[in-house]
Amino acid sequence: MARVFAYIVHKDGVVDDSAAELATAARQFDPQQPPTAIAAGWGDELNRVCEDLRTTYPEVWKLAHEALSYPDAELLRKALTCVVPRGSIVLVPHSHFGVDLSPGLSVKLDAAYVPDLVGIESVDGKWLTGVRQEFGGLISVRIRCDLLTGAVLNIRPGAFRSSEAVPAQGTVIDKSAEVVGLTARRRHLETIAAETGGVDITKEAVLVSIGRGIGEQENIAIAEELAETMGAAVSCSRPVVDAKWMDKSRQVGSSGKTVRPKVYIACGISGSFQHLAGLKGNPFVIAINKNPKAPIFRVADVGIVDDILEFLPALTNRVRQDTVVDGADRRRP
Amino acid sequence: MEILVCVKRVPDTAENEIEINADGTDIERDDLVYSINEADNYAVEEALQIVASVGGSVTVVTVGEEDDEEVLRRQMAMGASRAVMIADAGFRGSDGRGVAAILKAFVEQGRYDLILTGVQAEDGCAQVGGMLAALLDWPFASLVTSIEVAGGDALKIAREIEGGSKEIHAIDLPCVLSIQTGINEPRYVGMRGIRQVASVPIPRLGAADLAAALGWAGSARAKIVRTGYFVPPAGDGAEILTGKREAIVEQLMDLLKAKGGLN
Repeated sequence: MARVFAYIVHKDGVVDDSAAELATAARQFDPQQPPTAIAAGWGDELNRVCEDLRTTYPEVWKLAHEALSYPDAELLRKALTCVVPRGSIVLVPHSHFGVDLSPGLSVKLDAAYVPDLVGIESVDGKWLTGVRQEFGGLISVRIRCDLLTGAVLNIRPGAFRSSEAVPAQGTVIDKSAEVVGLTARRRHLETIAAETGGVDITKEAVLVSIGRGIGEQENIAIAEELAETMGAAVSCSRPVVDAKWMDKSRQVGSSGKTVRPKVYIACGISGSFQHLAGLKGNPFVIAINKNPKAPIFRVADVGIVDDILEFLPALTNRVRQDTVVDGADRRRP
Repeated sequence: MEILVCVKRVPDTAENEIEINADGTDIERDDLVYSINEADNYAVEEALQIVASVGGSVTVVTVGEEDDEEVLRRQMAMGASRAVMIADAGFRGSDGRGVAAILKAFVEQGRYDLILTGVQAEDGCAQVGGMLAALLDWPFASLVTSIEVAGGDALKIAREIEGGSKEIHAIDLPCVLSIQTGINEPRYVGMRGIRQVASVPIPRLGAADLAAALGWAGSARAKIVRTGYFVPPAGDGAEILTGKREAIVEQLMDLLKAKGGLN
């Protein structure tokens, strides 16, 4: 059986949640033997990460180098190529980092690459049978991967439930000396934090969130009117920002904001995993979409199959009636 | 700057209902409307804007089937000066690595300073650009949201990371970048523009022209194979409200009140 490695993402000396999910995925290879953790970085932060990992991984490979202080995939790919034995299985989270690292890593390791795995059904000899999704989650695909020369497997965040870690008294093996040639023709200059717009959607209790189904920029007024009537704010999914119809600060998702509302009304949003990654705190999700097969209906609490351009005004009118009856002014200051 | 943009023709989810065929071996492809992969369209627009500012030319290439010529022509109507079609029965069924090997063989027959791809296509793999860069031993950046020609032999780029933050990098040329949607506003292409390039010849290359790829391309060499399609499990699934719109609105009002949706 090939050796299984988990690439540990960490920040400020704290191990990322993805590590526990990779450990779950690794159990499909050998339920008894946890993967070997690989932690790269520098200084005290890396030491803290390794000490932490040691309590749940029997073996932790430490790659310490000042050039790895910031997790730049171009350098880390070189570092991993130096230390990972050929034929191994390497698990990586399918994040902005994993997408940067893994395709090239698989080439350098001469290994197969499976991006964005959502499930592993079996590992039988050299064959892995797994599940991916296509068309933004509309369709699942069963794939077979030849593990003979090893594989880099990118694991979708959240798809593998993190399992209870088994306590271990692992050893940290310093592999830093094997890492050589850490120069890259791409140089990280700075990281610019996200801007917060006039409305901070992360603090809103109720979000009317619009997606591609809004159709045209002019139609956003329909959502704004509903939100105003409800005392809510308008957020959106990626296509609305791509079209420049709303500011990036209104985007919910892995590349946008993480929101924790009480109620989330997803209007014309298909429900890609990148979008859902930004929805936390177990809100009550209402999905309104013309397409009854939209993935959003799999995760919503309540679904309405209708055209948002007709349904939202009807809802706005109804909410307004209540406002008048109550005599309360729900309009936001 | 000589820029190559790798594009793909994909079923258009805005125009089609994507369904699985009767035996679960593929999606139902009869009567599908295809279009340029959305992220690739942004990549072509970005290439055109770079060339407009610093000079050079834009070539678009696809690895696919004969029908894919329509998207190449569309990208030429946008402004690409040259298009190349790579199609060969022996290339069918290639996995990501196979496609990257085919593109590598093609790239090495030309001279490019910059290669752009869309961040991902309909299969969500986001893999060919990174693989191609590794095969060429060029630097790579994914999820690119801005490109600035810094002068000399480098670009200054931003790539999208979590939470709406971005990383700024300097990256040496030649390099491969995968372009995120939203980086620009792709220009409109009308029927008239497409008619104007309707008779421009598009060279077609096959396995004989790109023999270097043969060790990796084709279904027999693919390490990743799709073995079946199915509808994703519904999980708990939403409770679908049914009835007339007015009745649904009433049900929803009760739920909103109960869940704190009306402030």
